[in-house]
Amino acid sequence: MDKQTYSPELLTHLFRQMTLVREFELRAIAERRGGLIPGFIHSCVGQEATAVAACAALSQQDVITSTHRGHGHLLGKGGDPKYMMAELAGRSAGYCLGRGGSLHIADFNLGILGANGIVGGGFPIAAGAALAFQMRKEARVALAFFGDGAINEGTFHESANLAGLWRLPVIFFCENNLYGEGTPQHKQAPITDLARRADGYGFPGVIVDGNDAIAVYEATQEARRRALAGNGPTLIEAKTYRFRGHYEGDPQVYREPGELEAWQARDPVPAFRARLLASGLYDEAQLAEIEASVQAQLDEAVAFAAAAPAPAVEEALQGIYADTHEGLVF
Amino acid sequence: MRELTYSEAVREAMSEEMRRDPSTFLMGEDVAVFGGVWGVSEGMLAEFGEERVRDTPISEAAIIGAGLGAALVGMRPIVEIMFGDFLMCGGDQIVNQAAKARFMSGGKAHVPLTIRVTTGAPGSAAAQHSQSPESWFMNVPGIKIAVPATPADAKGLLKTAVRGADPVLFFEHKMLYGETGSVPEDADFTLPFGQASVVREGSDVTIIAISIMVRKALAAADLLAGEGISVEVIDPRTLVPLDKETLIQSVAKTSRVIIAHEAHLRSGPGAEIAAVLAEEAVEYLDGPVIRIGAKNVPLPYSPVLENFVLPGTEDIVAAVRLLVRR
Repeated sequence: MDKQTYSPELLTHLFRQMTLVREFELRAIAERRGGLIPGFIHSCVGQEATAVAACAALSQQDVITSTHRGHGHLLGKGGDPKYMMAELAGRSAGYCLGRGGSLHIADFNLGILGANGIVGGGFPIAAGAALAFQMRKEARVALAFFGDGAINEGTFHESANLAGLWRLPVIFFCENNLYGEGTPQHKQAPITDLARRADGYGFPGVIVDGNDAIAVYEATQEARRRALAGNGPTLIEAKTYRFRGHYEGDPQVYREPGELEAWQARDPVPAFRARLLASGLYDEAQLAEIEASVQAQLDEAVAFAAAAPAPAVEEALQGIYADTHEGLVF
Repeated sequence: MRELTYSEAVREAMSEEMRRDPSTFLMGEDVAVFGGVWGVSEGMLAEFGEERVRDTPISEAAIIGAGLGAALVGMRPIVEIMFGDFLMCGGDQIVNQAAKARFMSGGKAHVPLTIRVTTGAPGSAAAQHSQSPESWFMNVPGIKIAVPATPADAKGLLKTAVRGADPVLFFEHKMLYGETGSVPEDADFTLPFGQASVVREGSDVTIIAISIMVRKALAAADLLAGEGISVEVIDPRTLVPLDKETLIQSVAKTSRVIIAHEAHLRSGPGAEIAAVLAEEAVEYLDGPVIRIGAKNVPLPYSPVLENFVLPGTEDIVAAVRLLVRR
């Protein structure tokens, strides 16, 4: 399978980044317990394949909008765990100088237009970025990550309609993890295959196994091709599952018995690892080496965050506007 | 200098900026073929084409948010929201997204997004098409707010908004669109934000008037001059940033102040201005700070009721007499 179609570079990238996302989340959770990280953590443990493989199908110049569960998206798009960890720790060495935190990490050089604390907040922003690319005739796309909860926000309707109408180069990438916060998907919408909604906006909706990195990669690549060919948006619904609570500390009273265990048996990270071994392209030692390099990178990231100084309080008053107006009330 | 209407001045500012910078474009409901429901963008479709003068679906969140997204990747969009009341439909994109993007990203986001929107009561438009929502957004750090009262100010401030790098809510009063005035022809004529205009000099009382209330304050000043009362009229022109120095200097001179706006009185722009004066100019004041605004009820439809609720020249005159004769 992978041997013919995919380069070792891509396969290694997918494995390494998925491992990085998983381990980053586990470190962040531990560091929150340990007191280094003061704020919310909405981990994406279990959803590594969607985040990493979708971003892998994009170019450096493409942009994404992310969500409250965005660490995987940011790492997938090239975010440096060092600056992410420092941001989570509220340090001025972080991506947003400690002003944003987990929910608001952005890096415009990497095409990360921002995680978002508002469910559904990123749809119009992605549509607007895509409009800019279309107007400037640039071969770039905007991919909006969102969950099965966000698809019920009005911004999805407005943005999908606009993007369909103007054939904008957007990919609406739904990570359907079966829960919108603490309420199951089937109690939030009258349909379970959310990809069907694309039909109402005149573009295709495709369903993909969100725990299969290669399937996610292929679907996103196809959506990107469509967008760049001027054929407009695609809605990708990746069926997946989040292994941890909506946020760390969530009592998770809402899961069906056996549900978590059933999905854990389909854990995307070990599944991809097993697939690489089975392909004969990698041996155990190679994969263990990659895993060790991830741990080393995260050791460095945590040490960097812990050693970084807290911001000076005056920094809270900076960076609100492009210019300052001395002596004027703002 | 030639005379233009307020509406023509806004159009001239947009057209000049679009000629100057290919990354500037206009989108909104009915702005292209229709020329804007207020006629402001008439003729712009013919000059700039449908790529840069875009009719949108009736989707305020998408209009504002797409403007934001385009701005984040290097465009300078102007988006039009037909009525200030409709800003609420796109409220999240203004308050939680555009206003906060720069700060939340550690100062990395540039948001050159101008949101043009109409404000004020056009007459019997009732409660959902008549509001003056400027102060709703004054409580949100990260957004700038312009409230031009003359054609020249409309042109100069709009060009500054478009050339800037911050989100701006640009409130155009519906009843000012037909107002005429001298407007500089210079294609690089801009006016800085945070600089109030002393519209009329006087010595007995300061009226800080916002948007359409400038016109009403000037009418009041004419009437009061006949009674020997000398009125100074100050137009802040932008509410965020607010030029408090000019306001305080005027109050230091006159010792009396009235703040007039068409927005509802409770927590309107006058509440903030009054608080600034209480904190920083109380030693100059010989009497209370008086606010004039719409009564705290939804704007009614019937002209009789609407007239009663909206602030007028006579309210300003009565307040000045009261202050001066204390």
